[in-house]
Amino acid sequence: MATVPVKKFSVINPRKSRVLTVVMALYLIYTLVPLAWLVINASKTQAALFSTSGLSFGGAFALFDNIGQTFTYNDGIFFRWLGNTVLYVVVGAGGATILATAAGYGMAKYRFPGRRAVFAVVLGAVAVPPTALAVPTFLMFSKLGLTNTPLAVIIPSLISPFGLYLIWVYAADAIPDELLEAARIDGAGEIRIFLTVTLRQLVPGIITVTLFTMVQTWNNYFLPLIMLSEPKWYPLTVGLNQWSAQANGAGAQPIFNLVLTGSLLTIIPLVVAFLFMQRFWQSGLSAGSVKG
Amino acid sequence: MTSTAAPPVPAPARPAPRARRSRGKWRGWLFVAPFMLVFALTFIAPVVYAFVLSLYRDQAFFGGTVFVGADNYAQVFADPKFWESFQRVLVFLAVQVPIMLLLALVAALAIDSARLHGAGFFRIVIFLPYAVPAVVAALMWGFMYGDHFGLAADLNHLFGTAIAPLSPSWLLTSIGNIVTWEFVGYNMLIFYSALKVIPKELFEAAAIDGAGTFRTILSVKLPAIRGAIVVATIFSIIGSFQLFNEPNIMRNLVPNTIGTFYTPNMYAYNLSFNGQQYNYSATVAIVMGVITAVIAYVVQLRGSRKEI
Amino acid sequence: MSRIRNRVKVAAALALAAALAVGCSSGAGSSSAPAAATGNQDSVDAALKAGGEITYWSWTPSAKDQVAAFQKEYPNVKVNYVNAGTNKEEYTKLQNAIKAGSGAPDVAQIEYYALPQFALTDSLADLNQFGFGSFEKDYSASTWAQVKNGNGIYGLPQDSGPMALFYNKEVFDKNGIAVPKTWDEYIAAAKKLHAADPTKYITSDTGDPGFVLSMIWQAGGHPFTVDGRNVKVNLADAGTKKWTAMWDQLIQGKQLAPVKEWSDDWFRALGDGTISSLVTGAWMPGNFISSVTAGSGKWAVAPMPTYDGKPVTAENGGSAQSVVKQSKNPALAAAFVRWLNHAGGVQPFIKSGGFPSTTADLTSSAFVDEAVPYFGGQKINQVLTQASKDVAPGWTYLPYQTYANSIFSDTAGKAYLNATPLDAGLAAWQQAIVDYGNQQGFTVSAG
Repeated sequence: MATVPVKKFSVINPRKSRVLTVVMALYLIYTLVPLAWLVINASKTQAALFSTSGLSFGGAFALFDNIGQTFTYNDGIFFRWLGNTVLYVVVGAGGATILATAAGYGMAKYRFPGRRAVFAVVLGAVAVPPTALAVPTFLMFSKLGLTNTPLAVIIPSLISPFGLYLIWVYAADAIPDELLEAARIDGAGEIRIFLTVTLRQLVPGIITVTLFTMVQTWNNYFLPLIMLSEPKWYPLTVGLNQWSAQANGAGAQPIFNLVLTGSLLTIIPLVVAFLFMQRFWQSGLSAGSVKG
Repeated sequence: MTSTAAPPVPAPARPAPRARRSRGKWRGWLFVAPFMLVFALTFIAPVVYAFVLSLYRDQAFFGGTVFVGADNYAQVFADPKFWESFQRVLVFLAVQVPIMLLLALVAALAIDSARLHGAGFFRIVIFLPYAVPAVVAALMWGFMYGDHFGLAADLNHLFGTAIAPLSPSWLLTSIGNIVTWEFVGYNMLIFYSALKVIPKELFEAAAIDGAGTFRTILSVKLPAIRGAIVVATIFSIIGSFQLFNEPNIMRNLVPNTIGTFYTPNMYAYNLSFNGQQYNYSATVAIVMGVITAVIAYVVQLRGSRKEI
Repeated sequence: MSRIRNRVKVAAALALAAALAVGCSSGAGSSSAPAAATGNQDSVDAALKAGGEITYWSWTPSAKDQVAAFQKEYPNVKVNYVNAGTNKEEYTKLQNAIKAGSGAPDVAQIEYYALPQFALTDSLADLNQFGFGSFEKDYSASTWAQVKNGNGIYGLPQDSGPMALFYNKEVFDKNGIAVPKTWDEYIAAAKKLHAADPTKYITSDTGDPGFVLSMIWQAGGHPFTVDGRNVKVNLADAGTKKWTAMWDQLIQGKQLAPVKEWSDDWFRALGDGTISSLVTGAWMPGNFISSVTAGSGKWAVAPMPTYDGKPVTAENGGSAQSVVKQSKNPALAAAFVRWLNHAGGVQPFIKSGGFPSTTADLTSSAFVDEAVPYFGGQKINQVLTQASKDVAPGWTYLPYQTYANSIFSDTAGKAYLNATPLDAGLAAWQQAIVDYGNQQGFTVSAG
């Protein structure tokens, strides 16, 4: 906010409104109550969970105990899931961002045969429900020997049609054609132009796409659920659901406290990453608005 | 480029002046090809395969694949289970999507208005739920919805109400609440980033014309972010039609209310993985995909037509 | 476009390959079947000596300890233990792997109700080829009957679940309720309890197909008759109606705690007396001890109520370990199964709170006469082992029971939801079962 230049017109820098702040604060409460609930209940023992009210602390404060248990339960499988998730995010979301950036730029700044077809196919694909793809993808991957390997999760997450779209929109606006022309006149090749001229201009867009693909990969559930059979390759989401499901039937081992603590721990890295990236993202946005 | 062929872009791409040069005719593929290659493997191939599957019928236990042509499609169109689930997501869409987008829009406008104390804090916190995996959100709200020991029970205790979020009449609302909670922040961010790039001169001009806050919103801000609104609407429609994670996880709590065909996506999933009716499942998924694509396309057309 | 056409070809080739793979394995299976009937354990012993590596899918709490103990005894065998999910989640994965033609484990834990489905699709090895048919005498009749399908033996029983009445003695005593011996008494107790204390319920049941079938089983019903591909379904036979007439009184009288089984609410309700009794399998004590700590000292066990006072029970739950046909080393897999459920694996299983199927353990006084502190020192296994002997004979599951159970909530579940008569709900379930079976190549008739 500090970067928003102070202008003399009140429309741009008006007086702060208390009423608006209070109304928005109500919405804030709605947003935060479930998270508060999660924090409170992640700090209870299994026994206290079964015997105390949801929105108040009860029994011993067991958050750190629960965290310890979460990380050590079943030989520390949670830690492994965390590592898997990070792997899927770095390779999957990272790859998705690279592919989407290149393709989005290509769509925005080049006219080439098949361009409209690419657009139509990509947009159409967004509408296809994942279940339509799940079974055939599973069968294909199993023939290729990819099921129950990290690749089965990573390859499909390399594609982010939304990321492509975002970069496309952003590049169309943020990269003046004159800039590219000037570089071409200087004799630079297309790839060199992309690497040296374009990328820098696209940084805010790229960060935004990274944020979204990261969240998407971190939260990915359906595909790994189908593709993976061994817990050692699970991401956190599938692992947590298995923990939740093991409260069922003969030999049930309910660990609701660990499910809750695990849920909390699953959210935290993303929140931190978001807060961290927020700063870059915001400066990028401001830059964009100044330019506009 | 005509406006109908362009994506719902706020600012349609200007054609590159040198594009007609034959030297550079194909060079755009340099950047698009890697994406399309992976795309072909993970989207196009499975879609084609699903289509192939939809033309056959296979017996789960005794094999014997038979080519049945369009029979599976005929069956889907006459399948009351499919239409029941379709109707449900349609209702869901008609109610939940407008509420969610309206909340997101108001939040974005409020944060963008510079009238808010601590606007940055609001933006971060409202976006936070998007960082919560759908699995975790569904598990968490599922716990809270419990009307015996959950948060709902506590509230009922406290206020003497009789909220029963998991009862059949409330359930769709309860799921809508989870989805709204998760995605208001996401849509808010789309709107907010579109608001951010509106040229300041427009506001200044509006102010000089004597437009008040609401006039400015209606005649400057909203038209300027129409593209973003269309995009958010399309993505929300697609999301509603594909509703799966939340009801599927909550099914563990209320299996009698959330049956195996509560949403079209759940129906396709259960056909495959409980009934091993892979062919029919693929057909249901394709029909759903086509319907979704058509509706998304219509929304886009309407969105861009108004833009002229 | 040519890329797309190639994809079609690849896809078609893949489909063909899958079909061939399935065809091959079933061909091999049927040709070895005649020899299998007369097999002996030599190949199993040899495989054990030769060593090797196998993968084992199970969710039973004792699996890890059992695998460790096995590897200690046979250091040249490596067992990769995988918890691939609890019951139906595991079956989905197993089914996927079988459909894909690879990725299945060598040994899998499968519940009795799901066993016929995997046996029928020729996904499991017939253990007769390893001479395991001779183990029949070592298992309780009710569990052995469930691993047998036609003449084939498709697993060795691990746990069993003869049913009994678990009740909260404290709540019963406080409200002056005697332990019901007949179902009429049980209904009366339900009404009395809920009237005396509206926060308390006799039990919970939100519609669990496994429980429903066990109750029909106890009532003398035989809803499913299977003869190869010919299946008869009658969810309105005399036994079934006996049960629905009784249970309807609880559903329609709103005498059941509206708490979903196995949810956190449910565990709470068992601990605080909201749910004051459970009619369930003998594997339940382990769950009480580990997960309902608040109920310690309050719960007790009694024989399952009956319709006429004469003792009769049914099996509820329970599972076997099977050798999956995809296994590259079926003899070694069989050796592991034999050790698990017919040798060293049984004791760790019992120690973890499991209820065995082996007659030697079901009759050993160390097991039968053990006083269990959780149940106030009651020798609960006396009741439970007796229940194992009283299981009504002649029960059959559907050859596609997992699917049938998955759609129970769509059909019969509505009776629970709307407190309407169970018979109508079961009729809807029956219709769906008949339709599906006929679509999948069975000849299914109703009635």
